Amino acid sequence: GVNPDLASERQTASFSVEKLTAWLDGGAEHTRIRRAVVEAIQSDPIFSRENQYFQSQNERYEAAVRKAVHLQKKMHEMGWTENGPEYKYIYRALSGDVAFLLQRVFKRSISVLGSEKQIARWIPLATQYRIIGSYAQTELGHGTYLQGLETTAVFDVSTQEFILNTPTVSAMKWWPGDMGRSATHTVVFAQLYIRGKCYGVHPFIVQIRSLQDHSLCPGVTAGDIGPKMSFEHADNGYLRLQKVRVPRENMLNKFCEVQPDGTYVTRGSEKINYLPMTTVRISVISDEVIIPLMKACTIAIRYSVVRRQSKLKPGEQEAKILDYQTQQEKLLPQLAAAYAFHFINNYLQELLDRGYREIQRKNFEPLPELHAFSSGFKAMVTQYCTSAVEICLRACGGHGYSLLSGLPSLYTKILASCIYEGENTILFLQTARFLIKCFMAASAGQPIPPSVTYLAAVDPGKCPAKNKLDFLSPDIYTEAYRHTAVRLIGSVVAKLQDLIHSGVKKYDAWNQCTVQLVQAAKAHCHYISVVNFAETVEKLETKPDIQKIMKHLCDLFALHGIFSNAGAFLHDGYISGAQMDMATASYLDLLAVIRKDAVPLVDAFDFTDKTLNSALGSSDGQVYQRLYEWAQKSPTNTQISPSYEKYLKPLLHNTLSKL
Amino acid sequence: EALVLNDPDFQHEDLNFLSRSQRYEQAIRKSALMVMKLRQYGIADPEEIYWFKSFVHRGRPEPLDLHLGMFLPTLLTQATPEQQDRFFMPAWNLEIIGTYAQTEMGHGTHLRGLETTATYDPATQEFILNSPTVTSIKWWPGGLGKTSNHAIVLAQLYTQGQCKGLHAFIVPIRQLGTHEPLPGITVGDIGPKFGYDEMDNGYLKMDNFRIPRENMLMKYAQVEPDGTYVKPLSDKLTYGTMVFIRSLIVGDSARSLSRACTIAIRYSAVRHQSELKPGEPEPQILDYQTQQYKLFPLLATAYAFHFVGAYIKDTYRRISGDINEGDLSELPELHALTAGLKAFTSWTANAGIEECRMACGGHGYSRCSGIPDIYVTFTPSCTYEGENTVMMLQTARFLVKSYTQVSSGQEVTGMVSYLNDLPRQRIQPQHVAARSVRINEPLGLVEAYKARAARLVEAAAKNLQAELNLRKSKEDAWNRTSVDLVRASEAHCHYVIVKLFAAKLSEISNAAVRAVLTELCLLYALYGISKNTGDFLQAGILTDAQSTQVYQQVKELLAALRPNAVALADAFDFHDVHLGSVLGRYDGNVYENMFEWAKKSPLNQKEVHESFHKHLKPMQAKL
Repeated sequence: GVNPDLASERQTASFSVEKLTAWLDGGAEHTRIRRAVVEAIQSDPIFSRENQYFQSQNERYEAAVRKAVHLQKKMHEMGWTENGPEYKYIYRALSGDVAFLLQRVFKRSISVLGSEKQIARWIPLATQYRIIGSYAQTELGHGTYLQGLETTAVFDVSTQEFILNTPTVSAMKWWPGDMGRSATHTVVFAQLYIRGKCYGVHPFIVQIRSLQDHSLCPGVTAGDIGPKMSFEHADNGYLRLQKVRVPRENMLNKFCEVQPDGTYVTRGSEKINYLPMTTVRISVISDEVIIPLMKACTIAIRYSVVRRQSKLKPGEQEAKILDYQTQQEKLLPQLAAAYAFHFINNYLQELLDRGYREIQRKNFEPLPELHAFSSGFKAMVTQYCTSAVEICLRACGGHGYSLLSGLPSLYTKILASCIYEGENTILFLQTARFLIKCFMAASAGQPIPPSVTYLAAVDPGKCPAKNKLDFLSPDIYTEAYRHTAVRLIGSVVAKLQDLIHSGVKKYDAWNQCTVQLVQAAKAHCHYISVVNFAETVEKLETKPDIQKIMKHLCDLFALHGIFSNAGAFLHDGYISGAQMDMATASYLDLLAVIRKDAVPLVDAFDFTDKTLNSALGSSDGQVYQRLYEWAQKSPTNTQISPSYEKYLKPLLHNTLSKL
Repeated sequence: EALVLNDPDFQHEDLNFLSRSQRYEQAIRKSALMVMKLRQYGIADPEEIYWFKSFVHRGRPEPLDLHLGMFLPTLLTQATPEQQDRFFMPAWNLEIIGTYAQTEMGHGTHLRGLETTATYDPATQEFILNSPTVTSIKWWPGGLGKTSNHAIVLAQLYTQGQCKGLHAFIVPIRQLGTHEPLPGITVGDIGPKFGYDEMDNGYLKMDNFRIPRENMLMKYAQVEPDGTYVKPLSDKLTYGTMVFIRSLIVGDSARSLSRACTIAIRYSAVRHQSELKPGEPEPQILDYQTQQYKLFPLLATAYAFHFVGAYIKDTYRRISGDINEGDLSELPELHALTAGLKAFTSWTANAGIEECRMACGGHGYSRCSGIPDIYVTFTPSCTYEGENTVMMLQTARFLVKSYTQVSSGQEVTGMVSYLNDLPRQRIQPQHVAARSVRINEPLGLVEAYKARAARLVEAAAKNLQAELNLRKSKEDAWNRTSVDLVRASEAHCHYVIVKLFAAKLSEISNAAVRAVLTELCLLYALYGISKNTGDFLQAGILTDAQSTQVYQQVKELLAALRPNAVALADAFDFHDVHLGSVLGRYDGNVYENMFEWAKKSPLNQKEVHESFHKHLKPMQAKL
């Protein structure tokens, strides 16, 4: 049965959980499909994750390969295809714990960067898993800054081949997924040299393992890079190439080509190269970041109504820890953020779809905006959600520290997202560069993209709020966010211009302002998130119950931001000290209001117990029973350890006294 | 140190490549060896044992921690002389290995909620121990799962039909000789955790398990043969141990953060990336302002926490003398202060270690960086020995009490004496420290932090009063103010740390060292202001213009500290083996050694992984 402490939480919901779930999924039909996919996968024992916390790196890897192979069979059985509506839910059902994830990246890079001929040759092989692909860009000594890569590809006219080489230790490819043990082929990014001249970084398809016995090809050294904080199931690898020759046709040549005589030809816009990166960044946000935060909130909030500790009132039962204001203040803002970022993800998806349509019409204008938004939000959302998951973890006290809570593995996985697909600080700086351009254009009266017209709006100068209830008005708080973002962008522009006027070189001036530039980019993203949340709530007028609770969450998200960044809002007196006290009071009042719906709000994320894989977060709230039973299955209890016979026994039986 | 590092018996494979069982086995092997060597070398001083142990286990937990750190000391402080005769020497000789079983599955920081019972049976002169519910199962004690054969169990004492509260009992749990659990005892390992792989944290369930009356630790409270309960004299005494353990955590915060800083700063000097100036070679990433902004404030924080740890230890030593003479007057303040500082430093260090890891980019995420290990080992300190939020609220209780005393006209002393100035400031509100704050010298900044603490304590106390006027229940009012109360405690702790750091400067005789530490102190204080500008602006402690200057000065300090950054990290003097990091190596030969390290990964043991034959090949054949 359900733990009564959890059951009682569900009786007081102010809205229909099922309706909220359907709305989050984008319609009841999507919910139905998702549940069917999850059910089909989770009822199959091969996909079980029950033992994953007990497994070694080798066992995890083997299980992931096994699942990946089995998945092909399953998809065939179920009639799922890569373009079908079910596909996106498969990853969710597996929680990403599966091998060959790079196969998609391998294929996408060929379809985007390869010619028709190359696509026709390679894509079918990869689709049928005749070859297993990887994507080798990052090197031991080089990451986000692509121009710095050291691997070389020298064109040899006499044999019509490229000779790929890893000239130094730091040039070794390092980190690519599926490369350590699985991949047979990989796309290698290398500096192209023709007749001694360097033409910059280009992609080459390189075979690294034999298709017969999987042994390494001549000149190739490859292996696993060793244990990481997470991703035990993935064989992130290293790759060293010593004079490895590939035919001229293996350079992906949609945009540039080396002709047989060594002539280098380019065609089309190079900017288009940004598009795959933009798409990947946006897909990272939803699968790798927002869903883990939703899971963490589900686990932490359910556990917080089951866990009782201390007494709030003398003589009463110990209180649920979620009834403590401090616990609410830890968890509920993270819940609001999970919703806020779910909506931002929808916003970015629309922006991307719109941009994509333009690009297909050969209009490349939206590219810089798309690039700036995907960079900034990737950085902001990953950073915010990573610390949010950690807050959830720590809010579960000692039991959160057990792997069986599910929280440590969610955390170690999500925090990798702050680094891959572009290091966050660098991404913020890219967004800042775009904002500064737009700000200067706006000041000069030139047109700017619609998403940033706020930079040019008229500013009232002072916040008009008169009492704490005014801070529950979206107009009041969005305007405060807008003002702060514009002020921060404006002041860093002024600072940069000052420095340049005083004779400082442009790049030095930039480095001296980077800390402020990052702040400005964050303020921009935060503002857009708040506005987008408020607009989403407005559109909900046909669902009054859901609209009401979403409005509370929107207010909480906005006021939490003001409360945590008070200095930025107080700085020029836009919000006065007295108004800040009002905002804080409203913020704290909201905690008690949302508290009542906390469990229904996480139930609406609709994760199965198998997806959560957590003793603390299960939907029946039988936390302690589950923890006890699961722990007994640990190999430390079921397998005999040699420690007693070998070390403890001599110790206890006092061979010591002989000393 | 050299004694351990050069001893071949303590060498082993890199722990990152071992499974949990193997790590436990290695730890047990080393612990057993360690005990023998300690006896062999005749090391007995607690401080020396501590250092020896920390080098043997390289700062990691080990299965005998609880035996050495809790079981033996508890016997010493709470056992009667007769009990010491029975248990202490066998325990000292490790015939008895013990642990300390307090926390239960459903109960942690709130001790009164523990459910385990010990019911006295005068007929047989025994206590009957029981775990009446699932939530009452002892859960987490280190060394309990596989190692120990005894445990000190905390249980609610029932005698003559009455509950007398929590008491400690010595409970044998495994058969001497076979190491099998005794009848009535269910014991095991609680499964894998975030870190602490080498520790067998355990569970313990007792069903009508009987122990003789003499197994209750009876130096203070006693149960007589007929069941009569004799009360202990004072309960304040237990404060002493808590203060001591929390002071160790403050020291641990400093050390763990220093280790992470050392790794991140050295690596940032080795790593080159991107370009600062067109056409020039890629610069060291430590030359980027954003990188300095991530790391240098943490370096300053690590230094600050070192001084705080030393201060608490000294104060504790000083007043333990008074305590032995029966003077407990300073204990409440120290107790309240260490609770808050334990929470403040462990929270900050926890976040700081993560920032260091993140500042190392992708390679920070690899176990070879050593930072993941530092993090997972350190992070539980936010929970154990008192959950941090609860600790902050304890400090707040003391602050509110002091504020109330001041309001009623009494003077308060010690670190909270700034509250004495509050009534005066209310008369002339314009004069609040403000306007005149000197932000370019440590003492000026101490004043600023003091003013902020005073304001936030006052605000929390007033909000609490307002809530009390609205509703009947004191507890409700307290709960509805608790977010404010935590903020007040944080501000108080922050002030104490800045104050201690600034005070330390005058003790440094070497001018060059003083100069660089002054820069660190300024950076620590100014960075803290820039992260909490709201508090300083709202209270009128700083003007808008000053808060802009604070920012500017932080940036200037980053540039000023840049040339000394590696030296400041080197000064922590961590040996490479202790650091356990490829990125943080003293010689900076990072990339070659990463490659060497990776080759040892378990996945690389065979050239072709067995998964190929088992899964990949059949699939390729079928498709």
